Amino acid sequence: MTDPGNGNGKGKGKGIDRVVAKGEESGAVLEVDDLRVEFPTEDGTVRAVRGVGYRLERGEALGIVGESGSGKSVTALAVMGLLPGSARVRGSVRFEGTELLGMSDARLSDVRGSGIAMVFQDPMTSLNPVYTIGYQIAETLLRHNPGLGRRPARARAVELLGTVGIPSPERRVDSYPHELSGGMRQRVVIAIAIANDPDVIIADEPTTALDVTVQAQILEALETARAETGAALVLITHDLGVVAGHTDRVAVMYAGRIVETGSVEDIFYTPRMPYTLGLLGSLPRLDHEEDRLTPITGSPPSLLNLPPGCPFAPRCPMRREPCDSTEPALRPVGSDAHRSACHFADELVDTAAGEVFDAVGADTEALARFADLEDDAR
Amino acid sequence: MTDPLPPLPGHGGTGDPVLQVRDLVKHFPVMSKGVVRRRIGDVHAVCGVSFDLYENETLGLVGESGSGKTTVSRTLLNLETATSGSVHYRGRLLTDLSRRQMRPLRRELQIVFQDPYASLDPRISVHEIVAEPLRIHGRYGPGAADEVRELLRLVGLNPEHGNRFAHEFSGGQRQRIGIARALALRPKVIVLDEPVSALDVSIQAGVLNLLMDLQSELGLSFLFVAHDLSVMRHVAGRVAVMYLGRLVEIAPARQLFARPAHPYTQALVSAIPLPDPRKERARKRITVQGDVPSPVRPPSGCRFRTRCPKFANQLTDSERTACVEQVPDLVDRGGGNPVACHYAESVQLL
Repeated sequence: MTDPGNGNGKGKGKGIDRVVAKGEESGAVLEVDDLRVEFPTEDGTVRAVRGVGYRLERGEALGIVGESGSGKSVTALAVMGLLPGSARVRGSVRFEGTELLGMSDARLSDVRGSGIAMVFQDPMTSLNPVYTIGYQIAETLLRHNPGLGRRPARARAVELLGTVGIPSPERRVDSYPHELSGGMRQRVVIAIAIANDPDVIIADEPTTALDVTVQAQILEALETARAETGAALVLITHDLGVVAGHTDRVAVMYAGRIVETGSVEDIFYTPRMPYTLGLLGSLPRLDHEEDRLTPITGSPPSLLNLPPGCPFAPRCPMRREPCDSTEPALRPVGSDAHRSACHFADELVDTAAGEVFDAVGADTEALARFADLEDDAR
Repeated sequence: MTDPLPPLPGHGGTGDPVLQVRDLVKHFPVMSKGVVRRRIGDVHAVCGVSFDLYENETLGLVGESGSGKTTVSRTLLNLETATSGSVHYRGRLLTDLSRRQMRPLRRELQIVFQDPYASLDPRISVHEIVAEPLRIHGRYGPGAADEVRELLRLVGLNPEHGNRFAHEFSGGQRQRIGIARALALRPKVIVLDEPVSALDVSIQAGVLNLLMDLQSELGLSFLFVAHDLSVMRHVAGRVAVMYLGRLVEIAPARQLFARPAHPYTQALVSAIPLPDPRKERARKRITVQGDVPSPVRPPSGCRFRTRCPKFANQLTDSERTACVEQVPDLVDRGGGNPVACHYAESVQLL
């Protein structure tokens, strides 16, 4: 299936059969290799993505986690060909074997929606405020199935709204985006994403703008949508909890690179990169009581003038030679699927965050002086 | 100084209450559009909220957007005028005070805002930002410059950086500046309005550790307003849960998360994803339907009933009548802590 346009024909099949059919096919549906994205600015070149690679199998869910500025969203936009013209993108992005980088916008438009669909963080900006949601879903359907006709497209729109859990969809189909709540809008965006039965859904922080009870509903709607289409999922988020529950594999990004990747169990139970360990130690937990959190001191580096060496080294308590001079490659630790970009990954076997990171809080001396002054003041 | 009110029974908390909130109500008018604007309704932001904040404790106030938690924190400090109800600080009624009368009390009641980008003046140096409260209250005398440096050191900033401007600092550092400013007048009570929700987790943890150290070492009282239950559990001794302007449950943090009794608290606890793949996939969940209703026309009786899984699935029609007709009081219903649900029942979810 090298021509993504062929994807249209399968839109008429029913959910269950398709999942089975897809399961029989094998191989990667999306392959990203050595992806690099640079933005020229007045101050110099921002190297936002510095050699990211991953392989997404059919129907699988990959979580990409990282903090602000780690390059996780830019990676997704590069895959979709949605970066501004000023961005310099190199490397390779193959969808079902077809190279997407360098493809003309017209051909890329055939892939977007029917091959790879995207769900953005803010549903208000991804929906057009002047058209009804039914119109927008129908528009998506008709873009890839011109022969479908207005009436069947509308009927399918109602069906899709039902799938993502919108109550009384036959009435809601004529609503405008502003008439819906944030959670409902995000369901509409998911309905649009699955309208043309994509093979890959890229969801970039799909629940970040929502309240937790609504987040739980949206994640459920996303699961339903995936079950219906059998699509693979790239879930980009900063929330490690969301990743734990909804993905099979995880890639942790830092300063434009993947610094650790493995199964969810690898990442959460046996992390082998100090940054991952530090992130887990920074998380307050609902399920057990921790005495102290172990923050990672400092802040992520500027991607404008990245010094040589490991980008995490300035914040890493394990830093020593050759951390400042050589950037570690992502190499297997334990199993082949579990990889870490740390020179000293082996030292992290069976290590808790508290053994590596300090539970830094207030400066104790300053605190004591301040408390004394307090007493004097009384 | 007048005598404090009797503390609310069953709410937990030990020692002396410093802030006492009783039946606090805050409505915002909704105006019509057009040339002649008339009042056509009210946003019922806070409706009869009562709680005590004790000396040397962190009380968490948790709720989703629109629950009224920020309005409570602002009304508490008289930054908004209460529609009705009262707030007492150490026996002194705050809700009647004018801005001028309130001023000397601001020394003791401080606030840290959510957005570290919007809450710091971009045109003055960090030293000046932290010194400003001292100047306003006439306490910027000799030695004050050293005091400011000490404050910066206390919150984990390099005092040498006092001549820099807020934009030169990262989000976490800015929040530390906001904390230093709040500490400058040596307050007794600090209201923290979502102090870490704008920060990345690795940065957030450092600010949380700092706040917990300050609270315990300086014996401060914190009202910690947040939407993140995991953060709440970590920092708060007691937690109050708000929904659509009302408190629905209040309990010691450990108890609230181990055995939530209000269906809304149960739904909140269920909805927080656990960063543990095996637990996360195996856990029992109580999910709610739909979104928070409009606070302009809140549901009658129990405000949660329109989304309540218990109301929808477990109650008989005659039992539901109570939910529709009677506002459930926040009282102990046998579980050991006050719950505002006619049919409260503790459930273990974690």
